[in-house]
Amino acid sequence: MFKFFEPNKIFQVTSKAPKYVLFLFIIVFSIGLTEALILSPEDYKQSHAVRIMYVHVPAAWISLGIFSSITFLSITGFIFKNKNFFLIAKSLAPSGFVFNIIALVTGSIWGKPTWGTWWAWDARITSMLILSLFYAMYLISWRIYENEEKVFKVTTFIMILGVINVPIIKYSVDWWNTLHQPASINILSKTSIHSSMLFPLMIMTAAFTLFSLLIFLMKYNTELIKIKNKGLDRL
Amino acid sequence: MINELFFMNGYEVYVLSAFGFTILSFTALYLVIKIQFIKEQSKFLIKFGSLNSEKANSAKSQRINKEILANATNK
Repeated sequence: MFKFFEPNKIFQVTSKAPKYVLFLFIIVFSIGLTEALILSPEDYKQSHAVRIMYVHVPAAWISLGIFSSITFLSITGFIFKNKNFFLIAKSLAPSGFVFNIIALVTGSIWGKPTWGTWWAWDARITSMLILSLFYAMYLISWRIYENEEKVFKVTTFIMILGVINVPIIKYSVDWWNTLHQPASINILSKTSIHSSMLFPLMIMTAAFTLFSLLIFLMKYNTELIKIKNKGLDRL
Repeated sequence: MINELFFMNGYEVYVLSAFGFTILSFTALYLVIKIQFIKEQSKFLIKFGSLNSEKANSAKSQRINKEILANATNK
């Protein structure tokens, strides 16, 4: 069932892909920056401060997406005893963590001109901070546990606990009174953001996705070579 | 136009520091992962070079090892 995910087969693609992904990322990111900093209009209320949205929102989306993917991969890997799923999950984590930090820092920078404060312990911001702690725990677990079986169990447990926080992050702005505004973009209902701002936001999201794909590919290749290094020792 | 682009009605410090932090984080993460990759690749080359011909042939029979060698020597 999971033959497609065998490292021997995947490596043929993952070893060649990073240079093409990097090239594509540079192009899309350059277009995104031009759109976000120059071509997109200023907001009637927030003026130019609204431009922070173009880095803050995609970073938050991707960090949440990666966290959910890692949880899914860990649980699937644990159920089907597939080590490669854990390897894919481990390789996704660094970019997810960095995007989480970017979302927190740029959110804090955005908070100062719009709310008048760098930080507030409101539900959305606090739950995003908790997410970064789960990311940190996940990454640290891979470093401190040598035993494979143990690290698989511990990391899966951390992700199952952490994923409870994902719907809390998503709905925190609806469930509680927060400084953070409710979602402007909805898949199922009407989006309240104008197309002149939605377009750069989508371009930046595409660029950030490409960057996380690039980091994932490089990290995954590194992990595979690490395993092969251990294999050479045993020859 | 140029003034507005750089001074952003007084919001330039916030906007440019948010974008700057993002680009800095991207660069740092890319470099860290790249260094890790190069380190593992060089370790592989050293280990492979120290194998005797019989073990080297056995290692080369695996497609993934061949790919790693080809990628490392192509640089």
